[in-house]
Amino acid sequence: MSRLLGREVVGLRVLLPAFLRRDALMIGCWTAGISLLYVSQAIGVEGLYADQAEFDRAAEAMERNAALIAMAGPARALNTVGGQVTWQAAAFGAITAGLMSMFLIGRHTRAEEESGRDELLRSAVVGRHAPQTAALLVALIANLAVGLGVGLSLWAYGLPGMGSLASGLQAGLSGATFAGVALVAAQLTQSVRGMYGLTGVAIGLAYLLRAVGDVGTPWLSWLSPIGWGQAMWAFSGDRLWPALLFVAALICSVALAFAIFERRDVGSGVLAARPGPATAGRDLQGAFGLAWRLQRGSLYGWLVGLFVCGLAYGSIGNDAADMFGDSELSDAMLAAGLADPVDGFLASSAWMLALVAAGFSISSALRPRVEEEGGRVESLLATALPRGRWFAGHGVVTVVGTVLVGLAGALGLGLGFGLVTSQWDRWGDFLVNASTMSLASLVWVGVARLLYGLSARWAPWAWAGLALSVVVMLFGEVLSFPSLVMDLSPYRHPALVPVEAFAWTPVIALGGVVIVLWVAAQAAFARRDVH
Amino acid sequence: MDVVEIHGLVKRFGHFTALDGLDLQVGPGEVHGFLGPNGAGKSTAIRILLGLLRADGGTVRILDGDPWRDAAAIHRRLAYVPGDVNLWPNLTGGEVIDLLGRLRGGLDARRRAELIDLFELDPTKKGRSYSKGNRQKVALIAALASDVELLVLDEPTSGLDPIKEAAFQECVREFRSRGHSVLLSSHILAEVERLCDKVTIIRNGVAVETGTLSELRHLTRTSIQAELAQPPHGLETLSGLHDLTVDGHRVAFEIDTEQLDAALGALRGFTITSLVCQPPTLEELFLRHYGDEIPTEPEAVG
Repeated sequence: MSRLLGREVVGLRVLLPAFLRRDALMIGCWTAGISLLYVSQAIGVEGLYADQAEFDRAAEAMERNAALIAMAGPARALNTVGGQVTWQAAAFGAITAGLMSMFLIGRHTRAEEESGRDELLRSAVVGRHAPQTAALLVALIANLAVGLGVGLSLWAYGLPGMGSLASGLQAGLSGATFAGVALVAAQLTQSVRGMYGLTGVAIGLAYLLRAVGDVGTPWLSWLSPIGWGQAMWAFSGDRLWPALLFVAALICSVALAFAIFERRDVGSGVLAARPGPATAGRDLQGAFGLAWRLQRGSLYGWLVGLFVCGLAYGSIGNDAADMFGDSELSDAMLAAGLADPVDGFLASSAWMLALVAAGFSISSALRPRVEEEGGRVESLLATALPRGRWFAGHGVVTVVGTVLVGLAGALGLGLGFGLVTSQWDRWGDFLVNASTMSLASLVWVGVARLLYGLSARWAPWAWAGLALSVVVMLFGEVLSFPSLVMDLSPYRHPALVPVEAFAWTPVIALGGVVIVLWVAAQAAFARRDVH
Repeated sequence: MDVVEIHGLVKRFGHFTALDGLDLQVGPGEVHGFLGPNGAGKSTAIRILLGLLRADGGTVRILDGDPWRDAAAIHRRLAYVPGDVNLWPNLTGGEVIDLLGRLRGGLDARRRAELIDLFELDPTKKGRSYSKGNRQKVALIAALASDVELLVLDEPTSGLDPIKEAAFQECVREFRSRGHSVLLSSHILAEVERLCDKVTIIRNGVAVETGTLSELRHLTRTSIQAELAQPPHGLETLSGLHDLTVDGHRVAFEIDTEQLDAALGALRGFTITSLVCQPPTLEELFLRHYGDEIPTEPEAVG
């Protein structure tokens, strides 16, 4: 038996270290990011309330808010730092770890099969099951790292050991379970995009099930891996037996994935690729038509995502006053000298939503790079399509998409706030803020396009710009960064109404920067070699 | 007026010199073979002709224009098929054919249908599910169905089966019969011999030979294996003869192709009972003319 098993995974000892070498940096970044997600909740809560009485009052308000519970999870011990950490980080930590697993599994299984590299690998002395076993082990090791990172950092921060252990288990086991789901998805679809889509739907469904379950139908939460993690009651009871549910689910999904793999051809999926139209529709022409066709799928996804995010922020807006307390710090966070905390919360929501939406903007701005790396630009530029117009076509989709995604967020914010408070008179503010914040995102879009125009290799550094803006948003005021650094973030400049009075100067200045960057990017791209 | 005129073309990538003073001319109504081993600089030269890469030195004219400055105007009049065709994973082959045709300024719907039939392409499949040969067919159909006067083909048949290859060659001949020109890069000598009027051989970024095929005959050797009714003698006096082995009634040798007739005449004197005649491959040609220092640099451009 063990001889037989050994034959199936011959080459594992070569593949696993090779995969790990490829992924080490990526795993390190995910681990650090997810650990920070948990610990930053503790840091954030710690300074927010002046005394325990205020903390208790805030916790009570949160416990009553069904929207918050739907968003985060079951409300337990919310008047403790540990309880807050679990409440605010567990669901998103599980999702993030799940995404990490999805990318790790995808890149070593379906992506390799789709590109044909897998074929080359399999022609060597490699057992039938070695590649996906190695991929699974990489994902499990990554989730072990995440679990250790979360647990140890919470413990080192000073939270109780048992709760830290439960939190670590919750994060790591959630990620491991989604690795099993991703491995099954990799057997079903023929493309890596389809596999990401399917896994994403599974993660989304898990989140949704527990949201509905936590609000009033508890048994639904037990159908969701995210729900199992929250049922471990980290820092508020610390029961560890739901961990067994994860293990059982992992074993079942891995067994299922291997069973499907046994029955399918390498390179094919269980779900056959559907045929498409034999001729191009009328809209598939010109630079814009093609760019729109290539990017619209992801744009639709972001529109829905931002709308839901906005809805969530809007629906908790009215409770902002109760939740933030009146400590010095929360005053600082809500911008100095501000009259109404609800206004402040809604304004900073616009800022937050814009930073989320910028994820679309930057990835869309980098789409030309994906096309060039995929070798699909050569044939296009060998037609009568001028290179500048090709580049601008993608740029127009990015700009239009950025504006639309911003508006979707504002729409959700307004609707969520209106539904809870019956106040429908704030649309103007929401739209103004969404517009100015989208304009700020276009600065980073311009930087991304300029970098790409100069050299495809430099383009991803645009993400560093967005990261700077996120850090400034989250920690700038709290850690009192020098204003020079703060001002590098374009989101800091436009006025957020109604907290601050609207001013044209920063809007015009940002608009000027955006135009200059666009022109410079086009000029740079006109000059360089295209591969 | 030549359709393509390249003089002293230089292109560097960092310290690596991909093209080092290349000369190339393609005349009107001419199918021009562009030959060379991997990494010789064929694709780099073609990318410069298409205005994708910028020349570091020399002069380049294509269809009476500057490939870098007048790219879009020139591209209306030419169609290009890359050696490695990459398609958008979520567009069907039919959509890509139409898209490329529209971007070139329109394509002939009837011709499109004929070509899809001829190459037996399923246009409803998504780009990600096509094999290499089928991806190549998509690009070929898009190119051949558009109304252009120059085809630039970079190893266009490397993924096609022999029947489709023959269909492709027929299409190229038909294209030329309308007075149009073709620049065909290849490392398959047989294909070039069947299609091309003139040939340029490139090595390490320089054209080492150029001319009509008959002008280049002196470069090629044919290998002959024959069985004869009588044991041969005196063959070693033939000019242009190499590697002669005689084994009783059997004889094997290689002969410069221009001396082929004389050699066969000599063999007939001993009555030929069986004859195998192998045309030379490009690899052999290169080995003969450049010793064994066939360049092994990786492809200059990914």
